[in-house]
Amino acid sequence: MRRVAITGLGAICALGRNVEDVAAALRGGCCGIRPIETVDMSQFRFTAGAEVPAYSHRPYFDDRPADFLDRFAQFAVIAAREAVADSGLTFTPELRETAAIVTGSCVGGQSTEDIGFRDVYKLSLNRVHPLTIPKTMANAGASQISMEFGITGPSFTISTACSSAAHAIGQAFWMVRNGITDAAIAGGSEAPFSFGILKAWEAMRVVSTDTCRPFSRDRRGMILGEGAGMLVLEPMDIARARGARIHAELVGFGMSADASHITQPSAAGAARAMRAAMRDAVIEPEAVGYINAHGTGTLANDVTETAAIRTVFGAHAGKLPVSSTKSMHGHALGAAAALECVATVLALRDGVLPPTANYLGPDPECDLDVIPNQARACQVEWALSNSFAFGGLNAVLALRKA
Amino acid sequence: MSDDLIQRVLKVIAASKRIPPETVTIDSEFQQLNIDSMDAVEILFALENEFDINIPDDQVRGITGVRGMCEGLEKLIAAKTSPIGTGQ
Repeated sequence: MRRVAITGLGAICALGRNVEDVAAALRGGCCGIRPIETVDMSQFRFTAGAEVPAYSHRPYFDDRPADFLDRFAQFAVIAAREAVADSGLTFTPELRETAAIVTGSCVGGQSTEDIGFRDVYKLSLNRVHPLTIPKTMANAGASQISMEFGITGPSFTISTACSSAAHAIGQAFWMVRNGITDAAIAGGSEAPFSFGILKAWEAMRVVSTDTCRPFSRDRRGMILGEGAGMLVLEPMDIARARGARIHAELVGFGMSADASHITQPSAAGAARAMRAAMRDAVIEPEAVGYINAHGTGTLANDVTETAAIRTVFGAHAGKLPVSSTKSMHGHALGAAAALECVATVLALRDGVLPPTANYLGPDPECDLDVIPNQARACQVEWALSNSFAFGGLNAVLALRKA
Repeated sequence: MSDDLIQRVLKVIAASKRIPPETVTIDSEFQQLNIDSMDAVEILFALENEFDINIPDDQVRGITGVRGMCEGLEKLIAAKTSPIGTGQ
């Protein structure tokens, strides 16, 4: 088995349009949650979201090429471009044939689909735009990245709700580790701000009417976000030989299914995924120095995740810093785990643990060290990034400081 | 509380949960009926449609049984129909 280096990072979300800006916002504990602008929210119970502010496809795409990409696929390409440029990797003809692309997306091109459905149902038009299908499909991000770089190797998309990008990064990690490919672009992208899907989220009664306060008293739920995170993964020896900057090492990936309820999380399932990731990384729980939590800010998740962490880490849980960066970049669904993996890499690389923003005070049922409101300088060797999806499909990544 | 309101609520709960109507009474607790959080969200959706009202999240917290639900609904329906409630 080969060791796997993370040599490239890309990110776009409410906190910034590149990794440097996102890193600065995470360090500063800045919250990207604001009133939603792209949808008329006058008939909603909630009004806040974590959108990429004032986003336009320019300067990233010319008008005609942009016609072929839904917002979520644009985010995927923007983050992939940054990650590839950051890695300094050259896609030779040989590498193009074997390089892999694995992306995550939960809902695909929602704003495109919404326009199509509005046209037929509300406006009673008898036709929808012919690009509705290719823009809506959840794999459009992976396909557009493959065309962007001329990559013809194994490329696919994983859709496991809020765990999508963790499953995607985990698969790409295993492919590099097992010698299936010498380079992978992996991550996730999402752009869920459409009227129809926001109404569906409203109906679930899990979206906060103020902001996102994970693990805090008086938390009122999750806040939706959008964006993309992408990583470039390479075998450690090849990355070192070409003199690449190694941001961090991916060391483990664990998965589990709750097999209990379609929306209510299970502590046992979350615990199994964390244990599986540490088993895959061959590390003991006491070695872990930081967890980037799933931490949605819902009543159910945060209590369940706390119980799972207490079960897995025992006494060590009391001195283990845990934070939810969803308090700043929102819950970007299929992109969430990718943004959080980037945040975890930055924490290890820069020795600064991002905070849980908007924290008001302790909830006795969430009695962890959640790094309230202010980032913490702390050198950590090993970290986990948790993702626990609706449907009970869990994925945890284990990372190590380079 | 009007009997009509109670009967409509019982019917909505039974239909949403797909249980025989006679198993739901004004004194039923949600726990007895095995109503979990997702079931509850579905029942609220059905009640909003049944009575053409909006049920805010903060009106829902702390309600654990059918009687509390009916009392809450009565207030929301009254607020909808009263001139003061609609702000006119």
